[in-house]
Amino acid sequence: MALQVMARAAGPIPLDLEFRVEPGELMALVGHSGSGKTTLLRTIAGLWRPTIARVRVNGRAWLDTEAGIDLRPDRRRVGVVFQAYALFPHMTAAGNIISALDHLPRSRRLAEADRLLTLVNLHGLGGRRPAELSGGQQQRVALARALARRPDALLLDEPFSAVDRATREKLYAEVAALRTHLSMPVVLITHDVNEAQLLADRMVVIESGRMVAEGPTGAVMADPQALRAMGIREVAAMLPATIVDHAADGLTRLEAPGGALFLPGVTGAPGTQLRVRIMAHEVILSRARPTGLSAQNILAGRVARIVPGAGPGVMIHIDLGGHEILARITRRAADQMALHPGDPVHAILKSMSIARDHVARAQLAGG
Amino acid sequence: MDWAALGLSMQLAGWTVAILLPVAVAAGRFLAYRRFRGKGLAEALVMLPLVLPPTVFGFYLMVAFGAHSPLGQVWAATFGRPLVFSFEGLVAASVIFNLPFAIQPAQRGFEGVPPEVREAASCCGMSPARSLWAVELPIAWPGLVTAMVLTFAHTLGEFGIVLMVGGSIPGETKTMAIAIYDQVQGFDDRGAAAMSAILVAISLFTISVTYWLSARVGRRLG
Repeated sequence: MALQVMARAAGPIPLDLEFRVEPGELMALVGHSGSGKTTLLRTIAGLWRPTIARVRVNGRAWLDTEAGIDLRPDRRRVGVVFQAYALFPHMTAAGNIISALDHLPRSRRLAEADRLLTLVNLHGLGGRRPAELSGGQQQRVALARALARRPDALLLDEPFSAVDRATREKLYAEVAALRTHLSMPVVLITHDVNEAQLLADRMVVIESGRMVAEGPTGAVMADPQALRAMGIREVAAMLPATIVDHAADGLTRLEAPGGALFLPGVTGAPGTQLRVRIMAHEVILSRARPTGLSAQNILAGRVARIVPGAGPGVMIHIDLGGHEILARITRRAADQMALHPGDPVHAILKSMSIARDHVARAQLAGG
Repeated sequence: MDWAALGLSMQLAGWTVAILLPVAVAAGRFLAYRRFRGKGLAEALVMLPLVLPPTVFGFYLMVAFGAHSPLGQVWAATFGRPLVFSFEGLVAASVIFNLPFAIQPAQRGFEGVPPEVREAASCCGMSPARSLWAVELPIAWPGLVTAMVLTFAHTLGEFGIVLMVGGSIPGETKTMAIAIYDQVQGFDDRGAAAMSAILVAISLFTISVTYWLSARVGRRLG
C-alpha cells in the first residue's frame, strides 16, 4: 500500500528526488514557494508529468515515463485537498462529496456522504453551498470529498494556508484525530515548518526540486542541513503576548511568557491577544539578568535543548514556561556560557528587531 | 405583415443556434483552457465578422459559396442546387458570421471555471466528459445561454450578409430584415412598423435575459 515517488526533470520546474510513504503515514513535503513541492504533488495526482518520473501506489504504476504509463487523475485512486479547496460552487456540501462517490451504487451515496460529513464534524451542513460555509468548513468539505473516493493516496496541498490561525489550529487538532481513520499514505505540502512539525510523522525538505533532508520529523527538525534549507535566518518562534498599555513614547507594553515586551508600532486595545514572531538570530542570551542595557526586552526561561549546527552556530531552544523560543548563537558563545539543558537563561530582544508584520492578532475576525 | 419572412427568420435563427451550440462549447472551452502559439490570432479571426462591414463579409461569402467556387461546385454536384441564394447557403453564412457572438461569451463562460475546480473534478474520478457535464457546464452555462441568445437575436436582425448571400427570395431567403426593407421600398409603412416592433420586442427580451443571467451568476458565485 506504500506510495513510491521518483521524479527527475531539468525544467521548466527542476526536480530530482525519490521518496516513499508508508500506509497510514503522514509525510510533510516542506519547502519554500517555488521549491517544486506543489509540482511534485501534481505529479502524484496526475496533473503534471515531469520528464522522468515513476509513481507507484500499492505496487501499481500510476505513472512510469519509461514504460509509457500515465494514468489520468480520474483513473488514479487519489484524493486531493487543494490549496483553495476547489469545491464545486454550484453543488451543496453533500453534492460535492457525492460527486466523488461514483464507485458506490446510487442508493448508498447519500448515506456515505452523511457519514463523511460527520467524520469531518460537519453533520447537518450537507445542504449548504460552499459560499454559505466558512473557510474552515469549506476545508472540511474538501477533506471529506478527498476521502470519499477511498483513495489509495491522500494529498494535501497547503490545506491550512487559507484559513485564519484559530481555525487552523482547530483543524490541526481535527486532522490529527482523523488520522486514526486513515490507512493510506498521506502527503502534506506545506511551507510552514511548525505545521509540518505538528502533524507529520516524516518530513522531506526540498529545495529547488532536490531533497535536502528526509526522515522522521523530530530528526529532520534537529538536522542543521534541513534547517539551512528551510532558511536558518527564517527560523523563528511564535510567542503569545497580551497588550497591557501604550506608553507616551510610542512603545506598547505587552505581557508575554517570561516577562514584559516593549514593541513599537503596535495597535489594539489593552487585553488584545497577539502573537509575536521572534527570529532566532535576533535573540541574545545572558545567564544573569542584565542591567544597564539598551535592549528593552528581557525574557526569563530555561534552556530546553541545544542543537548544534554544521557551521559555527548552535540553536538554543528556550522554554519560557511552556512556550519555546529559539536563539541562534555561536558555538563559541554557548561554550563560554557553559549552557546545558535545564539552565536558567535570559533572552534579550531589541524592540526594533521585531518587524511590525511579525506581530499578529491572535484572533482574526470571522472563521 | 409578412408571416413567411418571420417564420423564415425564426427557422434561420433556430438552425444557426442549433449548429453553433456544440461549436461554441468546443471552441469556447478550447480557447478558455488552452494556451498555444497563435491564440491571439485565433481569437482575432473569431472576432473578425464583428468588425467587417456586413456587405464586405457577405461579398466574400457569396464568392466562396458561388457557382464558380470549389465549395459551390461540390455543393451543387452533391445536392443538385446552388448553395448561394438558398436557405442552406443562408444558414452556412449565418453560422459563420455569428461565430463571435457564439464563441466569445462561451469562452468567457468557460474561463469562469477555475482551473483547480476542473482539476478537482478529475481528481474526484470524473472523466473529461463527466466533468464537462457535471462541473463545467453548470458553471459556464450562463455564458453559453448568452452566446445562444445573442446569436439568435443577431441572426434575426442581420441584413447586409443575408442580402448578399441570399438575395430576397420569398420563403427561401427573404428574412424579416429584408422584408422590412422591401415594405419600406413599397411604401407599406404600417407593415414595416409592425415587423420592426416585433424585432425590437424580441431583441429587448433576449438582451434582458442575458443581463438577468449575468447578474444571477454574479450573485451565485460572487
